Amino acid sequence: MSAAPADVMRRIVRHQLFWPVVALVALLLAAGVRSPGFLDVTVQDGHLFGQIIDIMRASATPLLLALGMALVIATGGIDLSVGAVMAISLAVSLEFLDASTSAEQPGTAVLAVVLGVVVALVLGLFNGFLVSVLGIQPFIATMILMVAGRGIAMLITKGQITTVTSAPFKHIGSGFFLGLPMPVIVAAVAFVAVVVVVRRTALGMFLESIGINREAARLTGVQSRNVTWLAYAIAGLLAGVAGIVYGAPTMAADANNIGLMKEMDAIMCVVLGGTSLAGGRFYLGGTVVGALILTTIERVVIIFHIPSQITPLFKAVVIIAVCIAQSPVLLEKLNLARLRRASERRAQAPKEVTA
Amino acid sequence: MSHAAQRDPVVAMTGITIEFPGVKALDDVDFRLFPGEVHALMGENGAGKSTLIKALTGVYATNAGRIVVDGVERSFSGTDEAQDAGISTVYQEVNLVGNLSVAENVMLGHEPRVGPFISWRAMRAQAREYLARLHVDVDPGAELSSLSVAVQQLCAIARATVVDAKVLILDEPTSSLQKKEVDELFAVVRELKERGVAILFVSHFLDQVYEISDRMTVLRNGKLVGEYLAADLPRLELVSKMIGRAEDELGSIEARAHRVAKRSDDGVPRLEALGLGKHGRIEPFDLELYPGQIVGLVGLLGSGRTEAARLLFGADRADSGQLRLDGEPARITDPNVALRRNVAFSSEDRKREGIIGDLTVRENIAMAVQTVRGVWRRVPRKEIDEIVERYMTALNVYPNNPNMLMKNLSGGNQQKVLLARWLATAPEVLILDEPTRGIDIGAKADVQRLVIELADQGMSVLFISSEFEEVLRVSERVRIVRDRVLGDEIVNGPEVTPDDLVARIAQTPGAVA
Repeated sequence: MSAAPADVMRRIVRHQLFWPVVALVALLLAAGVRSPGFLDVTVQDGHLFGQIIDIMRASATPLLLALGMALVIATGGIDLSVGAVMAISLAVSLEFLDASTSAEQPGTAVLAVVLGVVVALVLGLFNGFLVSVLGIQPFIATMILMVAGRGIAMLITKGQITTVTSAPFKHIGSGFFLGLPMPVIVAAVAFVAVVVVVRRTALGMFLESIGINREAARLTGVQSRNVTWLAYAIAGLLAGVAGIVYGAPTMAADANNIGLMKEMDAIMCVVLGGTSLAGGRFYLGGTVVGALILTTIERVVIIFHIPSQITPLFKAVVIIAVCIAQSPVLLEKLNLARLRRASERRAQAPKEVTA
Repeated sequence: MSHAAQRDPVVAMTGITIEFPGVKALDDVDFRLFPGEVHALMGENGAGKSTLIKALTGVYATNAGRIVVDGVERSFSGTDEAQDAGISTVYQEVNLVGNLSVAENVMLGHEPRVGPFISWRAMRAQAREYLARLHVDVDPGAELSSLSVAVQQLCAIARATVVDAKVLILDEPTSSLQKKEVDELFAVVRELKERGVAILFVSHFLDQVYEISDRMTVLRNGKLVGEYLAADLPRLELVSKMIGRAEDELGSIEARAHRVAKRSDDGVPRLEALGLGKHGRIEPFDLELYPGQIVGLVGLLGSGRTEAARLLFGADRADSGQLRLDGEPARITDPNVALRRNVAFSSEDRKREGIIGDLTVRENIAMAVQTVRGVWRRVPRKEIDEIVERYMTALNVYPNNPNMLMKNLSGGNQQKVLLARWLATAPEVLILDEPTRGIDIGAKADVQRLVIELADQGMSVLFISSEFEEVLRVSERVRIVRDRVLGDEIVNGPEVTPDDLVARIAQTPGAVA
């Protein structure tokens, strides 16, 4: 049963993580060559510093959103509201702190976080209700909160940019734990939690079966309404966490700009990670790589002094390249060409012997 | 020797080999097709029939081999190129666009135009004409999905005749047609044959194959067994070539499968429907199913037999009546509840309501066991592997590889995997809706034998099928469904024949007009 080296090679190349990882490594190496020291990591006061650490820190927010998005996309849906949910959860947390007289107490900060995340969870449940119970198309159903959400955040902050000071709350965004920035820790914990919830139970398989063939899944006993609902709830909850992690360093609840267009980043991370927007199979590990690619591109653009106007273009080129490399059509074509070459070689082999 | 031998073949395929990941679907297969003949491609599920057709029509690229069409070596990279070369195909699963009109579907890609614009009126007229040739009388403006599967199938065939085809491929065109419709289809096939069209015909119905075809090519496990004139190949010999078993062995399978058991209806029925019904689908009906009993349900397509089964499983909600399990009223509100109460249902629509194509065979089998246990309690891998191993072996799933994606299996093997899925839940009541549709004769006998074995072990089975022989072979009682009324019960016995069932179905029902 031992596999030939060529076989191992092919299996690696065909793994859905292969091209995203190649893209990520290529981007990092390019940056490292252009700007020596880019890849260095230093230790100051027991904390890790460096561009790489920075990229990890910046990836936390898109990753938190993308983890939930991956589950929603697996069911064949989409959640456009995550950016707005970020804004609402942050607004709720900061307004609570603002009104409280003990904002510097860790207990108060924890309560603020819990409050923000619970509100986000409720919003996720609302999305899930629209999609799974009322049967509204996910795009439209979540667009409601995408549009209305900013208004809700505005109402909460009464049209102001609420700024507060609370050291424990700020710590969530800019503190360190075990040498790593807090956002990285939060994202890592969220990742592990989602993996456990999804892959250690049958939830992941059920989500995928719904995305692949909803009616067949239902007739096989999958309670697709509840399972779909749960996916949107998780997406909402993680968006709430993302809002707090994202807003904690500045502690300013800007209802108009927090999380703006972040839903698109999240979708991109999921797709870069090899998950199809058509639903079905989803890859959480790939989603992590997708988030890292996305953030790395933003850094690389600065290092290469690419004019900021054309940053989106550069982003698009990298994404197109990864998507093409993953395209099933292309994979099949390449595979066929390989098989054909192999059979030609086989056909030629006897002739060479006789010659 | 053959009447067509003096002519050149219109299609000649030599040494065709196609590999899929993990399986050689075709291995060095030769095939030829002459103008003016009906050539049947025979083989079990997974023998490579559909793959060969897809190689010819450019759906799959070949790894080796030559395809010569009309004396020119070709390598089509898509069905459109094949169609331009005069090869038209009607696939097993209806491949049309449900939410377009009949006319649009029939004329798709060949719309009559005025300048750059489509002439809708001409399109409808032409479509009507093509359909009329098949004696199909439907409104070309009707939405396709509003029609029965049989009519949709005929539309697909009409569509294939729009292209002036030299070669017409019919891949299981009759599996959803009634007898009368099959006759009409065959009349058209003969007409096309007279005009010199070469027809490649695939069907699991041996009667039909012998009725229409001149020549046969037999495949087994991706390899060529041989090419024969239909008149020279007796039926039993054909079957033994297809399944690679000796003839006498086959006969004994048939004999063993034949059973007309008599059981007493003592005790409490395991499943009992009292006035169960759903408006517009099936009139309220009574039904009793005792432990170890197999009840057959026969009726025409669309008569309401599937609808009745769906109510028992909770796939649809009944709006009247009551369901009892073991004498206790049971509220089966959805399939999950049904499965938890040990009621399983295998749908007739494998593609839409059965398979989960992008999941593996293992996952497809484990799925129902998992849903019974609930989402949070994952079935241990070891237990799943045992279940998968047991049922894949028992049902002889080919290829025997649980890691393959479900969609890459042939239709018949998908059906076996679905049976495995339901059996793995250890059901007490098993509802089988057309469990042998589209599967080959060997597998059919396997399924029938399995059903009888399970009943002997105490399982109650509701067996729905369009093949009356099969129903009579396994069931001890047969219920007739006619015009949405689940009616008369026939106690099976040696004297009951398929013709009796036909006669009962054909009777005009008393109350319902």
